[in-house]
Amino acid sequence: MNAAPRLSSLESAQPLSETRRDAVRIESLSKTYDPAAGPVLDDVSLSVRKGDIHGIIGRSGAGKSTLVRCLNGLVEPSSGRVFVSGRAITGLSGAPLRAARREIAMIFQHFSLLSSRTAAGNVALPLEVAGLSRREIRERVPKLLDLVGLRAKADSYPSELSGGQKQRVGIARALALDPKVLLSDEATSALDPETTEQILDLLKSINQRLGLTVVLITHEMDVVRRIAHAVTVLEAGRIAESGPTFETFAFPKSAVARSFLSSIVAHDLPPELAKTLRTEPGHDTDPVLRITFTGAGAHQPVVADLVERFGVRPNILHGRIDTIDNRALGVLAVVLEGGETLLEPIRTHLSSLGLSSEIIGYAVRPVAGRPRAAFS
Amino acid sequence: MLFGLLPAALGPLFLRSLGETATMVGASAVLSTLIGLPLGIALVVTAPGQFLERPALNRVVGTISNLVRSTPFIILMVAIIPFTRLVAGTSVGTTAAIVPLTIAIIPLYARLTEAAMREVDQSLIEAAQSMGATPFQIIRKVLLPEALPGIVAAQTVTLVSLIGYSAVAGTIGGGGLGDLGVRFGYQRFMPEVMLAVVVVLVAIVQSVQFLGDWTARTVNHRIPRKRRVARAHS
Ligand SMILES: Nc1ncnc2c1ncn2[C@@H]1O[C@H](COP(=O)(O)OP(=O)(O)O)[C@@H](O)[C@H]1O
Ligand SMILES: [Mg+2]
Repeated sequence: MNAAPRLSSLESAQPLSETRRDAVRIESLSKTYDPAAGPVLDDVSLSVRKGDIHGIIGRSGAGKSTLVRCLNGLVEPSSGRVFVSGRAITGLSGAPLRAARREIAMIFQHFSLLSSRTAAGNVALPLEVAGLSRREIRERVPKLLDLVGLRAKADSYPSELSGGQKQRVGIARALALDPKVLLSDEATSALDPETTEQILDLLKSINQRLGLTVVLITHEMDVVRRIAHAVTVLEAGRIAESGPTFETFAFPKSAVARSFLSSIVAHDLPPELAKTLRTEPGHDTDPVLRITFTGAGAHQPVVADLVERFGVRPNILHGRIDTIDNRALGVLAVVLEGGETLLEPIRTHLSSLGLSSEIIGYAVRPVAGRPRAAFS
Repeated sequence: MLFGLLPAALGPLFLRSLGETATMVGASAVLSTLIGLPLGIALVVTAPGQFLERPALNRVVGTISNLVRSTPFIILMVAIIPFTRLVAGTSVGTTAAIVPLTIAIIPLYARLTEAAMREVDQSLIEAAQSMGATPFQIIRKVLLPEALPGIVAAQTVTLVSLIGYSAVAGTIGGGGLGDLGVRFGYQRFMPEVMLAVVVVLVAIVQSVQFLGDWTARTVNHRIPRKRRVARAHS
């Protein structure tokens, strides 16, 4: 792909050395729309590494759209600063802001294509806006449509395209000016699961081929799991936690992250099971251990091992194994029948295998004839 | 047939009246578009929260346009006679009638086009802004093309209204078909002239409406082409 002409050589203050590695840097960002309603973003600081796909996940109303709109100046923050590839965005207006925006592309939940233009016309829009000649535009548009596999639909209007095709046009349009950062605000939320997967695969391949940094807003952990290298969990305008995807999935620190993960990783027991556990050990209880399997450890015959080595009878309460960022991650909750006294040696043994474990409660021994819990 | 109804002597007079109506409607349509469209755009883009937000200006323009719009045309026509004389050099005749017609129709046209452009999804404007589009580019490449079907419909409504107003303007010396109908059909008891005038006016309005609807449909790409064709034939 040709490089789009950099329309502006505007360089704000010398980029700091650390901002050079970071495609996006957010410093103590706060935003209040309505003082009565309180801040929508509250002291958010965050860095996105160059070339990363960085997921930002949060519930509806958490402030995700506001945050991502601060990155291209569509929203003016109340305080704090934003740098995109070393250039300060906050405080820019007029021509310098427009020049900066040409390096920060955006794709939208509802595609935001002009109904009055064909697919090719929509992809041409940013090129026209940037002042490219007709000839250059004619040359570049088919290449961009090729990139998203939509050349055959060049002359179709958005009303004649499926949701997935529309988002492909949106992506081609976003790539038109060869941006440094791609912002995606719930770009797959209006799509069915199959189309979502295709669009995520496309974003992943674009990220790999072009080295484009992607900031990906979503409310679905599954989207993060599929393509994000790092993830930030936003709750009520604050960062609940932030880190590499795998670590966050394996060892979530915040309750909100755990609840987002509940459909993917079984960190917490289902509520009806959790209710039956006690918080303190008693004479009629057995400890419940949560074992987190990461990487190679996920493939070890741990349960059989515990039986053989310690003579306990692990009873599996709940568990699941998944692949995150190409690494296996499993979480297993087991009741160690007769394992009370062996807890420490068992945990030491597990940790020597590279598995982390945690006591999450105590299960009451079943009355004879009544099963304790079902495998789920 | 139609002209067979009329005494032969009235033929040329009828054609002249038709020409006068066409002049009044055509000229004021062009003028009101040239002035009304920028006003409509201004009403949209200066509204609170918009990309050229100017709330005070927006209120002033909106209020003036409402004032003009709520004044009955016949009163407006008389009230602005001094202005008409200033602009047209006279306050009677076809040319003079163009002034009150234009003044009366500008606010209607501005409001209708404003409504059409307000329909344009805010996210499209946001998308254009995120590409680094200037306000002028947003207006030219997003607002106007996306609102085009609505703007065409606004144009149709104003043309039809203008035809009606022009008949009123005719009675104060503007000439035209309305004037002919009143003078001959009513004052000289020639109902066949009145009938001919009404038939021709109805035919003109119908044609304008048909052409307007057809154009609006043709420029509307919000509905897939196949379905648009099917709908047009049903
Ligand atoms: N332009 C605005 N004016 C006033 N309040 C807003 C505006 N945009 C968003 N909000 C409020 O800010 C909060 C966060 O919104 P948003 O950033 O859209 O969250 P999310 O994208 O995570 O759902 C919501 O309570 C919303 O009502
Ligand atoms: Mg949102």
